[in-house]
Amino acid sequence: MKMPSLPDRKGHFGVFGGRYVAETIMPALTELEAAYRESRKDKAFREEFHYYLRQYSGRETPLYLAKNLTDKLGGARIYLKREDLNHTGSHKINNTLGQALLARRMGKRRVIAETGAGQHGVATATVAALFGMECRVFMGEEDIRRQAPNVLRMKILGAEVVPVTAGSATLKDAMNEAMRHWVTYVRDTFYIIGSVAGPHPYPMMVRDFQSVIGRETRRQILKQEGRLPDFIVACVGGGSNAMGIFYPFRNDANVKLIGVEAAGLGIATGMHSASISAGSIGVLHGSKSYILQDEAGQIREAHSMAAGLDYPGVGPEHSYFKKTGRADYVSVEDREALEAFRTLCACEGIIPAMESAHAIAYAMKLAPTLKRDRIIVINLSGRGDKDAGIIEESKI
Amino acid sequence: MKRIEKKFAELKRKGEKALVAYITAGYPDLETTRALIPALERAGVDVLEVGVPFSDPTADGPVIQAASQAALKKGTTLPRVLDLIAGLRGTVEFPLVLFSYYNPIFSMGSATFARRAAAAGVDGVLVVDLPAEEAGELRVDTDPAGIDFISLVAPTTGGDRVRKVVKAASGFIYYISVTGVTGTRGPELEETRTNVGVIRTMTKLPVVVGFGVSTPEQARQIGSMADGVVVGSAFVKLIGEHAGRPDLIGDLGAYAASLKAALR
Repeated sequence: MKMPSLPDRKGHFGVFGGRYVAETIMPALTELEAAYRESRKDKAFREEFHYYLRQYSGRETPLYLAKNLTDKLGGARIYLKREDLNHTGSHKINNTLGQALLARRMGKRRVIAETGAGQHGVATATVAALFGMECRVFMGEEDIRRQAPNVLRMKILGAEVVPVTAGSATLKDAMNEAMRHWVTYVRDTFYIIGSVAGPHPYPMMVRDFQSVIGRETRRQILKQEGRLPDFIVACVGGGSNAMGIFYPFRNDANVKLIGVEAAGLGIATGMHSASISAGSIGVLHGSKSYILQDEAGQIREAHSMAAGLDYPGVGPEHSYFKKTGRADYVSVEDREALEAFRTLCACEGIIPAMESAHAIAYAMKLAPTLKRDRIIVINLSGRGDKDAGIIEESKI
Repeated sequence: MKRIEKKFAELKRKGEKALVAYITAGYPDLETTRALIPALERAGVDVLEVGVPFSDPTADGPVIQAASQAALKKGTTLPRVLDLIAGLRGTVEFPLVLFSYYNPIFSMGSATFARRAAAAGVDGVLVVDLPAEEAGELRVDTDPAGIDFISLVAPTTGGDRVRKVVKAASGFIYYISVTGVTGTRGPELEETRTNVGVIRTMTKLPVVVGFGVSTPEQARQIGSMADGVVVGSAFVKLIGEHAGRPDLIGDLGAYAASLKAALR
């Protein structure tokens, strides 16, 4: 069955999404939406975007048959969509290139961003340098500590990294502070949100920019296997890499889409980031979606050893996919992700980001239950150099 | 006549401007809030905004952020704030506006919220992150319950949009005098004068102005261009400085009285 074209005019995906923001930034969102819709129709804009994806970021990224991992698990054939091979080391650059081009078109010279793992921060700092923009990145102090290499990269690229100490000093708090900054400097500042979260039009816009992942995957798997995959597995924090690879397959009912959330120390401990698997519907950071909250509607702190997944919310379209059954959402604990991280390093010589390791961990459970003629595609959303410190620290 | 409407009509008759105060409920604790509310009415506060603390107050500056965190640590929740208001309704007469982020209300459910708030004697609700486009899902319950939906207009709100927001508003219009979060810099007076003028051509509702107002002089200036002034962070900051001290009530009352004097 064909999925309806969403979001609707007001930015809703069924009951999810919307624009739950302060009045001060509402006009900026309307302006952004209009500019984005215009750019989408503009052939020159699309060509320029694809030019940078190709010549600057190095697309297309390979769809690699992980033969050693496949043999080791003894089940379905496993392909890795190598988003880690993008310039800056993750899929985040797809979106920051798109938004920076849009910012330039709108005449904005200052950009801000929130970041958890630092991948989106680095990708934003990169495009700001490329297009001559002033860049400020908000990052929780805890994340600054555990993702130090990315902090250094942002600084080298000329960005100002603003430490955020509030709350758990992680991604949620960084996003709070970025929104406060935006409210104050909204007249000349473009906020580059890094996930398919936030108020409309961000979930739609970031999805569109990231959909290049799924479109390439579709072309590549048809060429290499002559058919579509049976499963697509991707990690979900806010959910941009997952939506990017899922979206172009949304109408292919035989392709199972599986989002993998971070179960942290275990769902039962309460120390996790599984907003869809263990949360409830609420409003956070401008949209209605599944979130982690207490019985009085206060947002709970999330936990994951992967800073990019350590977030108590998720993009509204994932909530819609969950509610309609188009995608399944599962969760993987820190220790399982760590084991998958080590496995991929050892048998394929690929160091995955801790975030992407969650997708690998689930695929490692799934593959052995399937026959060799089945195909799993994992979105390897980023590389893991940044996580060397976490691995060294981990006593698991 | 509803309490808010009545209050502004009465002030108009007396030739006064409204002093609207904001405090974060449960800061430093609910006992203090309970004692403070009647004292503020006695000191001349005309309308009180009772802030429901939220874990992620993205429209607030450092003062209200810190107060919200402290209030949450003390276990302040929306149901408790409603109970507090219900308990005070026999004592105080001035209009009470619940000032909240949307999620605590959404979590309670709009129908339950409207019923409990109306029963507690809440006169209006101001939801910072619920713009006109999304407000229908709450107003479907709060409008019939007789609770005014207080709407915000910002310096960034353009012409057509101002009309749309103002047309849908009830109670009073809250003009935000700063492009930014609460309590960080002083109001932009010239821009405020112009924009309040524009709003007045579109509505008969009273217009109050807030964000960044802290001194009697600022209150007087704003009083010359609007129907009232909102003071929030300055009250909350003063509460923080006086937490646990016996002179809290007296000093807060004296501060409120000094603001009110500038509006007579």
